Amino acid sequence: MEHLILRVITKMFFAPIVLFALYVQFHGDYGAGGGFQAGVIFAVAFILHALCFGLDATRKALPQGVLIVCMVIGVLFYAGTGVATMLLGGNLLSYDTLAPQSTHHAGQHWGIFLVELGVGIAVASTMLTIFYQFAGREPDIDDEDW
Amino acid sequence: MTLSPGVIFANLLLNLSLLTLLIFVAFAMLRSRHLFAVVMLSGVYSLLSACFLVALDAVDVAFTEAAVGAGISTVLMLAGMLLTARREKPVTPKRAPVALAVVAVVGALLIYATIDMPAFGDASSPANSTIGKEYVERTPKEIAVPNIVTAVLASYRGFDTLGETMVIFTAGVAVILLLGVGSARGGRDVKDAPETRGEDKTKKGGA
Repeated sequence: MEHLILRVITKMFFAPIVLFALYVQFHGDYGAGGGFQAGVIFAVAFILHALCFGLDATRKALPQGVLIVCMVIGVLFYAGTGVATMLLGGNLLSYDTLAPQSTHHAGQHWGIFLVELGVGIAVASTMLTIFYQFAGREPDIDDEDW
Repeated sequence: MTLSPGVIFANLLLNLSLLTLLIFVAFAMLRSRHLFAVVMLSGVYSLLSACFLVALDAVDVAFTEAAVGAGISTVLMLAGMLLTARREKPVTPKRAPVALAVVAVVGALLIYATIDMPAFGDASSPANSTIGKEYVERTPKEIAVPNIVTAVLASYRGFDTLGETMVIFTAGVAVILLLGVGSARGGRDVKDAPETRGEDKTKKGGA
């Protein structure tokens, strides 16, 4: 088994990276970051996995077909939130209609939450798709290339 | 708020050293013909930019720069590099004086334009006094979200962000169409038609 240290480190870091992505995703209202950064960090975890264990192993864990569906779901989540606010009687993406009775703008919180979730899903799956398509055209990186 | 001279000096020193490092990395990228080194240096460049943006208090932008510039794009460049040669072909510059003159003139114009720009953090600059002030004042009342950047990005300019998400989606679709083989269900093997001249001619005639 080659690159033992890299593999062990990757295994150790994979879960914290995904956890950090989720933190950035759901904590965007309060701190730095948001859906876009979270999506990229989420994708980076899988790219790290692919760099150490090979692209085929990562493709088995997260197939390309799932990613394509996720890309569409992410965009539809965003657009769907906008359409939902329209159906509730407001303008496109006017989140206050989601919780009109709220005195502390719960509708805005919900709207931002849903929209950022859509961005996160779309960005993560798109970044991984691009990586899969580029990296899948060539065998793994040789030792002499490093 | 007045800062002590020590803090100002430390800030100045930090900014100067970061910008100097950026220039050094840029020159190293120009000089290197080894594409792997160039890709890695571009990652270093992005990370240094992110540090500089933190020094400018633009944490959200710095975060994006570190994640996208230093992370994803370095990996994508690496994957792209694997599809081509590892070394850049040596080029003999033929019109170097012309290029140098153009760069010098454009650079001088840009520096000349910065004279008109408001000072960094100037409270009376257009960005800080009109729309920025508006956002800072209205966000606690209208959105009630602590991070004003998120409020602007997802709520006030939600339609823009929808467009940005569509751009990313389009990029993914374009890559799948150009580079991807097969369908979402795993795809079928795409094979070239066997080269038999007779068949070829009948096909053409039929079409």
